[in-house]
Amino acid sequence: MIYQQLINGLMLGASYSLVAIGYTLIFGVLGLLYFAHGEVFMVGAFVGLYLVIHAGANIYMALLGATIATACLGVFAVFAAVRPVSKDYPLAPLISTIGLTIVLQNIATYIFGGQTVAFPETIESILFHFGPVTISSVQIFTLAVAIVLMVLLWLFIENTKMGRAIRATAENHETAALLGVNVNRVVLVTFILASAIAGIAGVLDGVKNSAISPFMGLQVAIKGLVVMLLGGLGNVRGAMVAGILLGMIEILTAAYLGSSMRDFFTFAILILILLYRPTGLFGTRTIEER
Amino acid sequence: MSEAGNSISLRADKLTKRFGGFYALKDFDMDVAKGDIHAVIGPNGAGKTTFFNLVTGMLPADSGRITFEDEAIDDPRPSRRTMRGIARTFQNIRLFGQMTVLENVMLGRHCRAYLSLWKALRNTVLHRPLGEAEEEREMRGHALEILDFLGLSDERHAKATDLSHGKQRKLELARALATDPRLLLLDEPAAGMNPHETEELDDVICSVRDRGITIILVEHDMNLVMGISDRVTVLNFGTKIAEGAPKEIQDDPTVIEAYLGEDVSL
Repeated sequence: MIYQQLINGLMLGASYSLVAIGYTLIFGVLGLLYFAHGEVFMVGAFVGLYLVIHAGANIYMALLGATIATACLGVFAVFAAVRPVSKDYPLAPLISTIGLTIVLQNIATYIFGGQTVAFPETIESILFHFGPVTISSVQIFTLAVAIVLMVLLWLFIENTKMGRAIRATAENHETAALLGVNVNRVVLVTFILASAIAGIAGVLDGVKNSAISPFMGLQVAIKGLVVMLLGGLGNVRGAMVAGILLGMIEILTAAYLGSSMRDFFTFAILILILLYRPTGLFGTRTIEER
Repeated sequence: MSEAGNSISLRADKLTKRFGGFYALKDFDMDVAKGDIHAVIGPNGAGKTTFFNLVTGMLPADSGRITFEDEAIDDPRPSRRTMRGIARTFQNIRLFGQMTVLENVMLGRHCRAYLSLWKALRNTVLHRPLGEAEEEREMRGHALEILDFLGLSDERHAKATDLSHGKQRKLELARALATDPRLLLLDEPAAGMNPHETEELDDVICSVRDRGITIILVEHDMNLVMGISDRVTVLNFGTKIAEGAPKEIQDDPTVIEAYLGEDVSL
């Protein structure tokens, strides 16, 4: 029983991680809480759904389409809600991205209606039994995609020139700019990466839960926020680990204490972190510099 | 030293910067000859660091012109100035503390190589199986060479914050050198160094100059300044009060009076 729950927690946690990575990347380079990130996740899910239903796409095409669409949405967000807003008012981009949240939610409601929509089966569901543990092919697929994405992102951040520029900008954007890092481009690339990952996470969520709604973004955004704080603001590795940790905790409380206790524990953790360890479990990259 | 126009590295022309009603720099003229070590000295608040900030584009000037190698520098972006060949270090060390020594220096190469997102993504995927991308290898090689030059090779995998103060200063210098500058601005490089480290710094600055890099030096350590500078400019309250060879400055009564107080020998 406990192994089964741990596996389930890992599945849930991996999707939290994917969303939180985007949050924390954007927070790192801009010091901005990007409010519309949950909506990007939702748009990814709906683009995937649209491709499957109306274009007869398979899961890979749906993932690719959602990635491209949300990456473009990331570019749009930078040019519509971040760059034109004055940098002299730190809260201004927060407000403008809240605006973007409302716009995206309303567009989705207008096109798809306000109800929860069924996500068609795109992967044949086969159940595998390993002793007491049962895993479905859908779970294996979504977990594999999430892990591959995280590993690739980690290699990108640690080993490439752009990855180094992202880390440098997160530590001190003024010095980074002086050394020839194009900070505007770093911000753009960060938004593209974060949005594309959120888009993929959205499709995976649809595949896993077989249902999506235009309001699914808020729930995910809040969980992503908790994970980001748990892992340390701007700390990508922290977000990966903290996401899986939160997933495990939620599943275990739901299994042993009842599902109504699930969010209680999530927010209790959030409050405890803010009170006793505001830099998160794994420390933060940016807090000293700001 | 500064006779012909083309032997001038940097020229400041009536440079002025105000903060409110306070003139941090007022009608400041200065010529820096190519290949020189040119010191800028003056009491605290005389405008030395402001001058560096104007040259590197970290602050906009209120009026006046800066010319680098006979071309005006108009583009306000600091990265463009770095690309033009002007690098600096900071009075209060500004390293990327979470990165390794090597990564800090490799960052200095950013202004010298363009890498598209596509290429970066491809490098990520192919990084492990095919070995390092060629550009990464070039950046790494160049960075290692500089670390070797400054005697920091053994610490290349250490986190920047774990280095001693003196070595952190050296690392800042290494990072600035990685940008391939022709003009290097050093903001109090000896601050917080012990006498032995200062002596070493003396040699390092001279060997950087011998690589053909012009140096502007802001420093309070007068032994260092008078020992290695070709020319010295003295600032007080944002205006130039004297300029000349170290010997002339040491004997200049205005400097002694205004800057060092009376009865002090240099």
